[in-house]
Amino acid sequence: MGERFTLITGRTRKQAIGLHKGKASPEYREATSYVEMSPDDMQRLGLVDGALVQVHSVAGSARLTARTGTVPSGLVFVPMGTEINALIPAETGGTGMPPFKGLEVDVSRDDGGGETL
Amino acid sequence: MLGIIGGRIYDPQNGRDGEIGDIWVRDGRVVTAQEIDRERAQIIDATGMVIMPGGVDIHSHIVGAKVNSGRKLRPEDHRGHERARVGNLRSGVEGTVPTTHVTGYLYSEMGYTTVMEAATAPLVARHTHEELEDMPNLDKGVFITMGNNHFIMECIRDQQYERARDYVAWLLGASKGYAIKIVNPGGVENWKWGRNVGELDDEVIGYEGVTPRQIVQTLARINDDLGLPHVPHIHGINLGKSTSARTTVETIAALEGRRAHFCHLQFLSYGAGKGGVHRSEAAQVAEAVNAHPNVTVDIGQVIFGSTTTMTSDGPLQFSLHQTTGNKWVNDDVESESGGGIVPIAYKAANPINATMWLAGLELFLLIDDPWRVFLTTDHPNGGPFTRYPQVIRLLMDRGYREEMFAGINARARKGALLPELEREYSLRDIAIITRAGPARVLGLRNKGHLGVGAAADIAVYRDLADREAMFARPAYVFKGGELVARDGKVVAELPGRTLYVAPAYDKSIEAEVDEYFKRAYTLSLASYSVLGESVRGAERVECGARS
Amino acid sequence: MSTIVEPVTCSFCGCVCDDLSAEVDNSRIVRVRGACSSGLGMFTGYDPAPRKPTVDGQEVTWEEAVAEAAAILKGAHSPLIYGLSSTASEAQRKAVELADRIGAVIDSTSSVCHGPSGLAMQAVGEPTCTLGEIRDRADLIVFWGCNPDASHLRHFARFSLTPKGALTTNGRQDRTVYVVDVRPTGTTKRADHFLQVDVGSDFEVLTTLRLLVRGKEPDVESVGGIPVADLAELAQRLKSCRFGVAFMGMGLTMTAARQLNVAELFTLVSELNQYTRFSVMPMRGHGNVAGADQVLSWTTGYPFAVSFARGYPQFSPGEFSAVDMLVRQATDAALIIASDPGAHFPRAAAQYLSEIPTIVLDHAESVTASHAQVVFPTAVYGVDASGTAYRMDNIPIPLHKVIETERVTDEDVLQRIIEAVQ
Repeated sequence: MGERFTLITGRTRKQAIGLHKGKASPEYREATSYVEMSPDDMQRLGLVDGALVQVHSVAGSARLTARTGTVPSGLVFVPMGTEINALIPAETGGTGMPPFKGLEVDVSRDDGGGETL
Repeated sequence: MLGIIGGRIYDPQNGRDGEIGDIWVRDGRVVTAQEIDRERAQIIDATGMVIMPGGVDIHSHIVGAKVNSGRKLRPEDHRGHERARVGNLRSGVEGTVPTTHVTGYLYSEMGYTTVMEAATAPLVARHTHEELEDMPNLDKGVFITMGNNHFIMECIRDQQYERARDYVAWLLGASKGYAIKIVNPGGVENWKWGRNVGELDDEVIGYEGVTPRQIVQTLARINDDLGLPHVPHIHGINLGKSTSARTTVETIAALEGRRAHFCHLQFLSYGAGKGGVHRSEAAQVAEAVNAHPNVTVDIGQVIFGSTTTMTSDGPLQFSLHQTTGNKWVNDDVESESGGGIVPIAYKAANPINATMWLAGLELFLLIDDPWRVFLTTDHPNGGPFTRYPQVIRLLMDRGYREEMFAGINARARKGALLPELEREYSLRDIAIITRAGPARVLGLRNKGHLGVGAAADIAVYRDLADREAMFARPAYVFKGGELVARDGKVVAELPGRTLYVAPAYDKSIEAEVDEYFKRAYTLSLASYSVLGESVRGAERVECGARS
Repeated sequence: MSTIVEPVTCSFCGCVCDDLSAEVDNSRIVRVRGACSSGLGMFTGYDPAPRKPTVDGQEVTWEEAVAEAAAILKGAHSPLIYGLSSTASEAQRKAVELADRIGAVIDSTSSVCHGPSGLAMQAVGEPTCTLGEIRDRADLIVFWGCNPDASHLRHFARFSLTPKGALTTNGRQDRTVYVVDVRPTGTTKRADHFLQVDVGSDFEVLTTLRLLVRGKEPDVESVGGIPVADLAELAQRLKSCRFGVAFMGMGLTMTAARQLNVAELFTLVSELNQYTRFSVMPMRGHGNVAGADQVLSWTTGYPFAVSFARGYPQFSPGEFSAVDMLVRQATDAALIIASDPGAHFPRAAAQYLSEIPTIVLDHAESVTASHAQVVFPTAVYGVDASGTAYRMDNIPIPLHKVIETERVTDEDVLQRIIEAVQ
């Protein structure tokens, strides 16, 4: 039911701060469990900031909070961390490096869609 | 306690030239027979064998940032040259950029016990010392590159000699270095502008009035004033170029009698030949060396085969990349140095490589005094140090020389000087150019000889007609009286010592250096200096006034 | 009564800032001056209270923990040692020694970070320099596939954007800054020119730049979403600057062609040296991942993904790299040092890691530690232990002990394990 996007993961300031507080800390969880999407894409999917979305990849899925970001349409960004790793396949194509960026994912509104947390 | 008895002793420093005798060892030093309790001594029967001091390599690139980049760069050099772990000894790789433990083992297996790391920028000296801690079985020293150092060039520009002198003294202690190294003075700085130097009086960009000549003269004077155990160690301008022989001779003259050592001289002994192929000007350069007793040299002999070039000479390494098309690493080091790495292969069939090979041998055979010419391959630039035995054979065995000569490029053979050079090195000569001579000019009083009080660094070789086989596989090698190799195979691992100097200086330079750091570097003085820190195995060597 | 301790060095990221100071009261760090918000937590977020090692969640003595760790490693057919990038080189050297002695596979976080940059260097070389050269000389800065605004917070101020250097006396004004990225970031905001590239299209853009630098004209209007006219302008600037630098990051190492992307950039930079002086610098992420590369290279010949299983070092990224070892179930015991693959690895790899006997050396309770059999709580180098780290430009920098605690170091623990396995 979702739409196809390209996922990139990466470092953020808040993720680093949360890291030192521990991966179970609320700061870390908040810093690593959102997905940034373009305003156009969010509107088309009927999402507002804070809405829950399901993100699926060939490796697994994660439930994340949608957030408006500066990504171009078609691209979604999730901070590196424990949440996103369910989506990253362990296939390295013989390079040792999993596809932490440029992975195809499906994004759909989560059940109960559009509610702000 | 140890006795090596009945061998032919070659100890040129103490006048022993193959006489049959015994060497007695106690507590890591050579002692008289009277100090030994024969009942309790281990006796090695060296009948029919040759006993020499352990080898002293005056110039080899074995550790530090540049060398390690070379290791990382060349997995293809490692594969097929692995060394498996044996007992407590570590595994690693051999080849032209061996790993640290294996480097120690390989030198042991050749009978070498002291090696000088040829070039470290002081900014990364800490890295060099870390690697040296992982290099067993050798005593070592580190040459600190200063020929493109901003502080020194500022002092030269501003005609502040004492300030430069105190800075150099401080710098040696801060980097726990052993000697002043000069690499393409001014040229490495100019490379940061995409240029180089070509003449001794070319100006260094950004340093008005500062020239290679002045850099060399200033550092040579500082070396004497500080009474450093070694002399300034110089990789001159124009390495590899057809102007090199001329500027080498000019640089020797520029010393005006002050002592200096010219490294890998072969690479700096070319003249212009036909069709872009350089000519060996070994005769001209050897004449200059012979005429100047203040100068010592090591050759940097080319070995046919694949190897890795790595020097602090940034523009040279770029030009090697241009001419070979091979992959290239460059590293410009803030305020002080630079360098690069390019894999290379020297082929006997190639006229340029053949000429280089000839130039090295000609220098060996034309420089008269073995106390002033030393055996190196500028490892790994000319070839790996494990090929030293081949060079020994070439020097001792004219027939072998002729055989190899016949196999090199025909154009290079035409008109070559080498066939006329009949000289053959004797065992005594070899003991000088691989042990006694380097130890002497390095100021290592207890190395390179087997007199009473010397370090018990001893190599025992079987006297074989094939001198390459002889020197490749010593029967016994002792480091500080402990057996480290047997029949060319390492049997034990011992920590070595890192020798360094820390000459006195006017303390007021420290505040100046602290200020200088704030503008010249991107790290603090406290991070840079290893002065106050303990480096495992470090041993200070005293400086003294020149006599 | 508090005292000021300086110098203090932070090794959170590859900047390895050595100009910090700390206020210490009663063996506690109460304030740190000079650290960025990412590094500050290394000092203030760390609880150095002594903790005992545990086996299966139960506190034990050090001897018992070491014995258990040794038993696990000796009993394994194919042990894996991983992590290393957040510990000092002294400990990294011990880790390699241990791997050598037990025939383990050893890998660092390089394999999931700048491993591809290392592979590119092996293939085509790498023209580079130290960060001071950049501060002092660079008038053209390119950030390609990296976001220092988020990852290396003091990089702009100390090295690459605003500092005043010997030839860059006007600071930011003396520099022209390009950023190539797939989306706007805090870094693109600081740039003079932002070239937004399509995800996975960096290789084509780099090849196009190489063509333009050689004076060729591509017969397309745009490449990777970037107008060729913009690339032509960049190519002109690349050739005519005084001293240029390209900082590169995960945007190149983690997408599509990975090491081939990086090799294309390294080749472009090499070629630019025919026209001017140009360097490239991988933005090494962790504080001592550069050190892990260095230590592995000088002891084994190879920078990461090394196996000692045959009694000598073998290098095979994609085979001996940790993610691959785990997902192929090619390892049956793991020793994780100063790293949290349980949190950062793809789930399939992290899952398998949690199922095999695991030993962890870490200062805090990581996700990996929560599934581990043996846990050694160790000190933090630069906080309560001293050691050496290598900055992203490979300059070695000492880490100082700021406070005295009862924690042992990674080096200590590894030495004891080495003795116990022999």
